[in-house]
Amino acid sequence: MLEIKNLHARIADEGTEIIRGLNLTVKAGEVAAIMGPNGSGKSTLSYILAGREDYEVTEGEILFNGESILEMDPAERAASGIFLAFQYPMEIPGVATMEFLKVAMNAQRKARGEEPLKIPELLKRVKEASGALNIDMAMLKRPLNVGFSGGEKKRAEILQMQLLEPKLCVLDETDSGLDIDALKIVSDGVNALRSPDRAVVVITHYQRLLEHIVPDSVHVLYKGRIIKSGDKSLAMNLEENGYAGIIGEAA
Amino acid sequence: MNMHVTPQHTPAEKALIEGYHARVGDLPGDGMVTIKRDEAIEAIKAGLPTRHVEAWHYTDLRRLLTTVPAAATAGNTSALEPLLAGSTVLHVSGGKTQAFPSAQGLSFMRLSDELVEGRGLAALGPTDAADTIGAINTAFVSDGYGVEIAEGVELSAPLELQNLHNGGQVHTRFGVNVGAGAKAVIVERQTGEASALASAITTLSVRDGAEVMYLIVQEQPKGSSHLGQFRATIGKDAKLTVFIMNAGGKLVRQEIIVDAAGEGCDFQLRGVNLLSGDSHTDVTMVLDHSVPNTGSREVIRNVLTDRAKGVFQGRINVHQIAQKTDAKMACNTLLLSDDADFSAKPELEIFADDVACGHGATVTDINEDHLFYLMARGVPEKAGRGLLVKAFLAEVIEELENEAVIEALEAKLDAWFVLHG
Repeated sequence: MLEIKNLHARIADEGTEIIRGLNLTVKAGEVAAIMGPNGSGKSTLSYILAGREDYEVTEGEILFNGESILEMDPAERAASGIFLAFQYPMEIPGVATMEFLKVAMNAQRKARGEEPLKIPELLKRVKEASGALNIDMAMLKRPLNVGFSGGEKKRAEILQMQLLEPKLCVLDETDSGLDIDALKIVSDGVNALRSPDRAVVVITHYQRLLEHIVPDSVHVLYKGRIIKSGDKSLAMNLEENGYAGIIGEAA
Repeated sequence: MNMHVTPQHTPAEKALIEGYHARVGDLPGDGMVTIKRDEAIEAIKAGLPTRHVEAWHYTDLRRLLTTVPAAATAGNTSALEPLLAGSTVLHVSGGKTQAFPSAQGLSFMRLSDELVEGRGLAALGPTDAADTIGAINTAFVSDGYGVEIAEGVELSAPLELQNLHNGGQVHTRFGVNVGAGAKAVIVERQTGEASALASAITTLSVRDGAEVMYLIVQEQPKGSSHLGQFRATIGKDAKLTVFIMNAGGKLVRQEIIVDAAGEGCDFQLRGVNLLSGDSHTDVTMVLDHSVPNTGSREVIRNVLTDRAKGVFQGRINVHQIAQKTDAKMACNTLLLSDDADFSAKPELEIFADDVACGHGATVTDINEDHLFYLMARGVPEKAGRGLLVKAFLAEVIEELENEAVIEALEAKLDAWFVLHG
């Protein structure tokens, strides 16, 4: 589903190269975890997948279902089925959360040539998804993410992911700032989305999240490259021994 | 050598002066009123203010007021659907008042009656030579409504004052007295069907303990000149919230002159300026905190496209005895075009020593992080920008904490974006 080949990317403004020859393949139905120390390029990778203009791809290719996404803007990528759950969801004053959900869902439907959702159907879907994530409807009347707690923001991200039904979910440090209860709710939300035709990329610093969202593959990112891949036991190994050993091996 | 210099009048000045002499006989009022009108036109003979007059520095009226239409307005206009459903509507058509509605707790009068029945001087108020809008209006004012909201009355329906025209010139006044402890939502609409010169003065008195939300929606047709003035005094423990939306006109000056005159009173001003085309729009506020323990907050948000020009002058005077004044003013502007221009001039004059006062002015562009977030959810760039511009304005509207008002004003925003987004 996702094939990243020899990807090189730098910060557009100043030219610092962050991603340096990254290769990664994630199949439909697979949950892939990407782990790595601070500054290894994890968040950059998520932004590049979503199409943020602050980064410039200088070499390599990103194929999604066999087609290059590099020429697509973020909205086109989203409509094609790529979803990034942000590490730090933006607070957007003046845009009510509910209104935003409606605009986003219908924009994607329009891009796919589907009819906009009628209000009752939209409300029904939002209510169902919110209930499972323990989000009350009053929160959805507030401006998007404004004044939400860390946990509320992350739950709102997962709510959007469930409503938009992407094919590729990229979760950037979704566990940061979550207490155990919130972590459980968020993980259950992600697990509910696991399906044979959907891939999930979980970017995380700690193994803790992977106890709840059990990955099929684990990849260690260091200095902009995948230096080691394995199954879930690799994550446990990292938890016990830290990154130093693996980095030493790769060097 | 002494030489008498006759100022060279601009075509607009000439049209006003000549128009006055042609019309004065037909304007309502007794002899005292006519003397007052004559005084007012003398002020105009001295010349309209230029940028050398500080209060008009950013709006050189002498240069910008290029045309004055013929006085006559063609035919009647029918009342508009009120902004808020169920409102009691008072309608001025082409400078003439219409029938009074029936409403409990409200009493009405006509300015034209006051002027001819010897109460005109009180209705017109004192003359101030530096007050250009006051002078133009005093010279030409034809009619308007006086409204009395009785003490302790809580209006169940909003009151809407509509000042409508079919072009030409309209010079009108509204006077509203809100009795002690009364509560009211009042809407003032300034609009018409053809290009016009309008001068519109509103005098509002909010008595002790009263609570008023006053919305001014200015949507004059293209090419119109609108000279508005809103004067309010706020009594003890009273609360006045003024919201102003400018979404029309070619040359607009809206003055807001408020005296926070009663201890414990509160004044809130929110403004949204939607500026497009070649328009020039100036909101000028002068707020006096003249007694201790009063508060105020002013937030003005501006969106400009095309070659529009905008001005906000906000002056807060904190008098020497006005200790514990809490006053904050902000003016934020989104420029959507390189050819648009906004000037903000906040001023604080503080003579008391124990106060909390501040002001800020920003000019910004769309926040790219916010836009990325919306796009990452599938919202196309153009729609995303539109959503963020609207959000920038909706933020101040949503502070009004009245569902019906918020909905009606956001519908106005939507309508503007359909035309200019």
